[in-house]
This record gives sequence, C-alpha cells and structure tokens, in this order.
Amino acid sequence: MKRWLPLIIFAALGGFFYIGLHLDPREVPSPFIGKPAPAFTLPVIGQPGVTFSPEQNKGKVWLLNVWAPWCVACRQEHGALMQLAQAGVPIYGLNWKDKDREAEALMARQGSPYAAVAEDLDGRVGIDYGVTGTPETFVIDKTGIIRMKHIGPINADNWQAKFEPLLKELSK
Amino acid sequence: MKRLFLMLLASLAMPVWAAEAVPVGDDPAIEARMVNLATDLRCLVCQNESLAGSHAELAEDLRREIREQMRAGKSDKEVVTYLTDRYGDFVLYRPPFRSYTLLLWLGPVIFLGIGAVAWFLTLRRRRAIKVTDQVSVASLKQAADLLDEKQD
Repeated sequence: MKRWLPLIIFAALGGFFYIGLHLDPREVPSPFIGKPAPAFTLPVIGQPGVTFSPEQNKGKVWLLNVWAPWCVACRQEHGALMQLAQAGVPIYGLNWKDKDREAEALMARQGSPYAAVAEDLDGRVGIDYGVTGTPETFVIDKTGIIRMKHIGPINADNWQAKFEPLLKELSK
Repeated sequence: MKRLFLMLLASLAMPVWAAEAVPVGDDPAIEARMVNLATDLRCLVCQNESLAGSHAELAEDLRREIREQMRAGKSDKEVVTYLTDRYGDFVLYRPPFRSYTLLLWLGPVIFLGIGAVAWFLTLRRRRAIKVTDQVSVASLKQAADLLDEKQD
C-alpha cells in the first residue's frame, strides 16, 4: 500500500488535470436557469414604431439569440440558424451593442433567421440577461421561464445534443 | 535657474497625470467607491482581470452601471447583489460561504487535519519502535546468556 501511495496521488492529480483540460472557462453557469426572462421593451430593427418584449411570446417555446454584426462567431452560426428558422423554430434576435447599426444591412444581404430583432444599442438588456459575449442563446418556455443558456455558436452537433431534446420536452 | 528647475520638475510630473487617464466620473467619491468595489469583482470577458482594471467593453459598461447605481444611492451590497443576480457568484473574487463552496473554504482545514493525523500516527509509531528496541535489548541479553551457557 505504502509503495503505491505516490502513484495513487499522481493518478488522482492527473485525473483532475485531465478533466480540467476539457472544461471551458467561458461556460459560466447562468443564474437565470429556471427564472423568468427579464422583461424589456426595445425597438424592432427595420420596423419603425414596432417594439418587441418577451411577454409577446408567452405561450410558445422560443429562442432568444444575442448577436451582433461585429461578432465573428455569430457569422459561423448564421447558416445553422437559417436552417432552424426554415424548420419552423421561432428565433428572436437581440442585436447587442451594434453601435454602427449595421444589422439591418447585414440581414438584407445575408438573410435573416429571426422572427424579429430587438435593438439593444447600449447593451443594458444584455447586462440584464447576464450576457458576457456574443453569441449566446436562451431557450425560453411557454410561461416565459429561461430553461437553458447556450454560450457560443449553435451548430448541428450541439443542436442535436442540447437543444432538440429540451425543445421537444418543452413543446409537449 | 530656480525657475528652470521648477519647469523641469513640472514636466516630470506630466507622466504621473497621464497614468490617471482612466475615464473618471464627475464625482471622485463615487469613483473611489466604484474602483474599490470593482477591484474585488471579476471581469467576465477576460476572467483573470478585475472589473476595475479591465479594458473590455463589457467591463466599461458594468463600471458605468455601478457608477450610476451608486449615484442613485445604492449601497455596495445592493450593487453586488445586482451583479450576482445577473452573472452569478462567478463575478465575485471572494467566493461566499455556500454549500457548494464548502470544500473550497474547508479544504485547507481538512488538509491540516490530515497532516495532524499523519503527524500523530508517525509520532506514535516512533514511540512504539523505542519500546520494541528495549525488548530486543532484553532478548539480546537473554540470547547472550544462552550462548554463554552453551560455552560452559
């Protein structure tokens, strides 16, 4: 036993380090899971006079995708979002800190997966949602409760692993 | 000559002023409170920098938010609650004592306990060795006596 002790300690440490290698420090646990989505009312891009607020979506399961035209990772998920929108997933955008207001032109050029995009110019709504960077996607249920937060671009893999089962369950 | 010296001194003072070029709010008291609080808060973009020292845009926004809330008369505690409500305990550089931080807080005590137990066990073993030494001295003597008897 005594002879094996250093090896056991080394193996334990190695195990911790190995797990640590695969942890993503960006995956900050969100305190919003299971809590109501913070309320806001913001103008909708491209529709003067129209505003969006999460309450309008009561009764359906929807995604709130926080993005910005200056965000490179958001371009990566654009294709995946377009496919999801075509499949009928309701995606609402929060255009975060788009100081140059490029979103409208960008969506006209590349197409928009969003049912509506709210404009959060000074980033305050983003702070209310605990956004640390774009893209971030919230899954909000029929009663307006946040059920999941995904940090980083959506792709086919994480959609199938994380989103699809949850959406199926919530849509029941 | 003296005037020249003073001018030289004055020019030396310039870089010192430049170091304080951080955007300062109107009220130095609130600014001091904000910096004092933000030193203990984590910037969520750079993660290993404090909110006070970070140049990330989100950090600037959060400093603005803290400043405005302090100006509105909120206490430091209320501001911290505002931040933890949104970003979780992760923003705090001093983690609170919770069920899931038990190991973090009590870990050092546990390790100290393990050390104390190991120390105690080692001491006891050493003491036990001394006793057996005495026994073996006695049995050595017995063995010597036996050998002596054989020689007779």
